[in-house]
Amino acid sequence: MARFVAHGSLRLDAVVPEAMNEEALKVLADGVCGVPYGTPVAEAFPEGSFSRRLVELDRVAGALRSLVGPDPLIDHHHVHIREPEGGTAQPLHGDAIIDVRPDAFDVQLMYYPQEVTLEMGGTLSVPGSHLRRTNETDTGRYQNLRGQTRLVCPAGTVVIVHHGIWHGGRRNDSAVKRYMYKIRFNPTVRQVRLWNTGDLADPAVAEELRTRFPWYENAAGRLEYHNRVRLWRALTGDDSFDLDHWVTRVTNRPNRVSRSHA
Amino acid sequence: MKRQQVLVLYLAHSGLDAAVLGWASYDGTGLTNPTTGDSDEPPYDSGVAALRDGWRLIQASQLIPPGKGEEYDVSFLKHEFWFEKLVDVG
Repeated sequence: MARFVAHGSLRLDAVVPEAMNEEALKVLADGVCGVPYGTPVAEAFPEGSFSRRLVELDRVAGALRSLVGPDPLIDHHHVHIREPEGGTAQPLHGDAIIDVRPDAFDVQLMYYPQEVTLEMGGTLSVPGSHLRRTNETDTGRYQNLRGQTRLVCPAGTVVIVHHGIWHGGRRNDSAVKRYMYKIRFNPTVRQVRLWNTGDLADPAVAEELRTRFPWYENAAGRLEYHNRVRLWRALTGDDSFDLDHWVTRVTNRPNRVSRSHA
Repeated sequence: MKRQQVLVLYLAHSGLDAAVLGWASYDGTGLTNPTTGDSDEPPYDSGVAALRDGWRLIQASQLIPPGKGEEYDVSFLKHEFWFEKLVDVG
């Protein structure tokens, strides 16, 4: 979870079995039926359907449960296709509209049924961009950032991202049509300690939260730590947590009166 | 006949000698077609390195203090510098 809070994403390589990946190519080529916004999973995806089996794979279900809790709603789902040899890259963007909730977040599942090579234009994403307050394609001017991720992955990979992550489908320079299936989930419960929290005191947690990305400016990078601490406090319910005094220092408003002035 | 090439660099701080963190380019000659996610390596290490290679600075972002209550918000990259080259296309 600390890694997700720092990076804004969780990657599960080849988590979907080969037989399902083969099935997916036909299912996704045929398209998926839209569902009303905010439909419970069980209603949106009938028992036995491809989408239901995908979200119920052990590791996928476990990740979703940890991030958005039980009984999330399906915001929407969509098949993204990058046509071969041509087309254009999407501008770098965040989905939906600017969303600055400090104590809740949606996640988007991105499923890749094929092996994705660099030439196939796998999704571009920017680690650590999810807390930036920007609106949709207003970031389209940014073509490349140091430390960006140009997805290259084995078939059956699932990436789950925070709603705010900057991303975009890259230009497909290969001869292969590339598929990506996206599902957005809205939580229905408070996102507090929804994951296995047995290791909260492990120093590795703070180390993950201290991850600094190469595209951060010197000054704004410090604000990223501050804002991550605020999110971690919300997710753990621990208002005393801090990294290197970033939040404590600037919220210190002592009430005690000095004895020499009493 | 001349055409404009444009380079946008995003730097680590407000000085032009700061390290490049992000970049974009647009080519009015039509000879190249830069786009989103086409490179992991920046064209220059700093803004000054671009000047030394003949790029002319045409705009630098202003330094604007945060609004009250927005001091800890992060948003767009702050230190944006626009450069141009005029290229003879015959």
